[in-house]
Amino acid sequence: MTELDPRAREEAVTIFERSRDGRRAFVAPATDVPEVPVADLLPASQLRERPAALPEISEPELVRHYVTLSSKNFHLDEGFYPLGSCTMKHNPKLHERVAALPGNARLHPLQDPEYAQGALELMWRLQGALAEIAGLPHVSLQPSAGSQGELAGLLLTRAYHEDRGEQKTKVLTPDTAHGTNPATVTMAGYEVVKVGTAPDGGVDLGDLRAKATDEVACLMLTNPNTLGLFDRNIEEIARIVHDAGATLYYDGANLNAIMGIARPGDMGFDIVHYNLHKTFTQPHGGGGPGAGPIAVSDRIEPFLPSPQVLRRGGDNGAGRFVLDDDRPKSIGKLRGFQGNFGVFVRSYAYIRSLGADGLKDASQVAVLNANYLKARLAEPGIAEYLSIAFDRTCMHEFVLSGRGAKEKLGVRTLDIAKRMLDYGVHPPTVYFPLLVDEALMIEPTETETKERLDDFADIVRAILEEAAADPEILRDAPYTTPVRRLDEAAAAKRPVVRWHPPQV
Amino acid sequence: MLGAIGAGSVDELFADIPESVRLDREIDLPAGLSEQEVYEHLAALAARNRHADAELTFLGAGMYDHYVPALIDNLLSRSEFLTPYTPYQPEISQGGLQVMFEFQTAISELTGLPVSNASVYEGPSAVAAAGYLAKLETRRTKLVASRGLHPHSRAALRTHAVGYGMDVEEVPLTGEGATDVEALAAAADGDTAAVFVQQPNFLGTVEELGELAEAGRRTGALVVCAADPLPLGILKPPGEQGVDICVGEGQTLGNRLDFGGPSFGFFAAAERFLRRMPGRIAGETRDVDGRRGFVLTLQTREQHIRREKATHNICTAQALNALAGVVYLSWLGKRGLVELAELMLRRTHHAREALGLEAINPGPVVREFAVRVPDLEGLFERARAERVNPGYRLGRDYPEYGDGLLVAVTERRTREDIERLARLVGKPAGVAA
Repeated sequence: MTELDPRAREEAVTIFERSRDGRRAFVAPATDVPEVPVADLLPASQLRERPAALPEISEPELVRHYVTLSSKNFHLDEGFYPLGSCTMKHNPKLHERVAALPGNARLHPLQDPEYAQGALELMWRLQGALAEIAGLPHVSLQPSAGSQGELAGLLLTRAYHEDRGEQKTKVLTPDTAHGTNPATVTMAGYEVVKVGTAPDGGVDLGDLRAKATDEVACLMLTNPNTLGLFDRNIEEIARIVHDAGATLYYDGANLNAIMGIARPGDMGFDIVHYNLHKTFTQPHGGGGPGAGPIAVSDRIEPFLPSPQVLRRGGDNGAGRFVLDDDRPKSIGKLRGFQGNFGVFVRSYAYIRSLGADGLKDASQVAVLNANYLKARLAEPGIAEYLSIAFDRTCMHEFVLSGRGAKEKLGVRTLDIAKRMLDYGVHPPTVYFPLLVDEALMIEPTETETKERLDDFADIVRAILEEAAADPEILRDAPYTTPVRRLDEAAAAKRPVVRWHPPQV
Repeated sequence: MLGAIGAGSVDELFADIPESVRLDREIDLPAGLSEQEVYEHLAALAARNRHADAELTFLGAGMYDHYVPALIDNLLSRSEFLTPYTPYQPEISQGGLQVMFEFQTAISELTGLPVSNASVYEGPSAVAAAGYLAKLETRRTKLVASRGLHPHSRAALRTHAVGYGMDVEEVPLTGEGATDVEALAAAADGDTAAVFVQQPNFLGTVEELGELAEAGRRTGALVVCAADPLPLGILKPPGEQGVDICVGEGQTLGNRLDFGGPSFGFFAAAERFLRRMPGRIAGETRDVDGRRGFVLTLQTREQHIRREKATHNICTAQALNALAGVVYLSWLGKRGLVELAELMLRRTHHAREALGLEAINPGPVVREFAVRVPDLEGLFERARAERVNPGYRLGRDYPEYGDGLLVAVTERRTREDIERLARLVGKPAGVAA
């Protein structure tokens, strides 16, 4: 257990409270044009009466403030982060260097394409690589994150059906689906219909057949699913969905399990989104940025967002890259400009670093690591308390149920997770998927060593031993973190969502 | 490891994948490269882009060439900020959560609205997110958007509105490049969920925001203002002028151009919309020992809890970019933001005079203005040869301004730079440099 730097235990102070009148970091460039009074240039009705109460702080204190804050974050470069469905794999440092090249970082999105050929070529090459990985021919890089990719997918589905003169009102989502799926369905104007899970952890085919009526526009599926299981009936699922005239949507959150091994397009999926911040190493940044490109089949292609990056002319590689917005059937724009290009640079660098072999290796090792950790956590002393929810060979992640710990030790999954914080590892995803009681969802990723996995298994065992000796140790954990358990109920009941100066 | 698993080979672990959907070949991608080779390949691609330091640029139209201080690069590259996930475990995420809280405070100060979320993707989709809130709030079916709204914002609104089951009606600009308040009042009716305006508008015009807001409010519609946060340093806050929701593109606050992203969007609103806001919100609370701390709050709005009843589907947002935003605002500080905005304001007005062209929007502008250029393509041709980028061709989005040029003047464009552009404008057609 690591002892915490005592300074991290100091009471939190916001940058606004560090402000003192007259301090500053910024020095304005010299005014080299006439100093016309502002009141002569702006209408009185639109003049700000008093300056925004931003902090007044010197550069050294500003830097110290944020460096101190940074020390209160656990992060992937510090330790094991087996957060299920989030694919916390290593973020190679080269990617930050290439993303920061002025030709990338300082390129205006509306630069004449003639002077942005390198950027457009990178996007075009990334589109090609992603298409090959998913087994679907057409890619739009535009969506900003997986959730926006999902929305794009359902708007594409709607456009496709309307183009055929069909009206559909429902979208199917399994009860294991990520929350973004049903939220997206509502935003896209459809009604959510839940499909059950069979005893083997896959989609309940009987339930699917009963619900796959001609009112259904789409089935949104994650495969491997959020239990970490590959749905063995995927071909039958695709048949049922297509026979109903619906599209089959692939939530790419778990693509890391199957790169170079199997492709959604070959399984019958019509639309796929990728999470570049999961599978393709864009750093998560504490909650973004990400990017959620989509790939689609030929029949969906006419509806893709605008603009599309195309290569025109020159079979010998001498083609020019263009941004094509002449797309009469397009759903339009999900967002401004061309998407999160800085993320594309990092993901493209990743794909070129690993190559075909390396991507397949990555998926194989991700699955090997998950199964190894699952085996370690199935050992006596652990398995009685944390049991495998669906005991099959898993893919890149697996789900444990903490029901045994709750019943036999009187500790909840939350308590186990909080105690892990004292041991210097990030807890797994907890209480998801919803159909598993006291769930812990564990995804080690391929960039962890056997020693890290063994350490984690040892930590879990030690925590359960502590619980057996004295469950209070877990219920009161954590102890060594910058703050301990926080009152979330009070935060929601009387929300304080910004700092206010003290009333004088 | 296979022994512990009880498997004979790694292939066995994939037995659940039916043979018929397995790839029976290698994926068709080039072999992997060394770090050095990848660097060289990407550097060669990047070298083919004419970036903002490689020319004299007056290009804006939604993203702007502002100076980003070195301390932002330094802080954002720290692993502690760069590599964590969304802060689901607040005890070990106080740094990120406090940054969100500080960001929300800064956005609230700039917009004059009491609540802000911790970021959304970017500007135009933030506009569309405001449309969704208006739908949930009013259950009305129409959205009214000024043509002063960024063309990408209007496009994103139209795309999303199909899903919302709403129609979008556009309101024209006046002959002076401001939103036509009478047309807005006429378009907003009892079916209107929200009216959308932009401050300053796409042409750079400083809108009479209060009048526009009043025209929308009369019908019970929500008033949504898309704003650039930097000019808000000297402009009257939307929240003081009857605006319900203020959203915008945050690139101007310490973020790179990055060929269009990632940057961040912000979303601020009146108190009564707090429980309908999209995305993450950080809130202040206490831990069991009574120490001050921060958590993600009001999560029952969000997709991972509320699922199909969520107020938006957003999950991953733009936390790192929002960090750049709040660091930038703290670097500028209370007085610096005003000084910077005033410098921009003066140089922009100076540039409009110096160019001596017919103004499309002759009224007040802050950082950008639109002019008619009789020989627009000739200007681009002459300028290109001198590595000058004169701005944005308005005709791409506004057929009525076929000869229109949108010129952005940030603090990086000096008087000398402006004079260089003026000389190019002044050259007679056909005389190449």
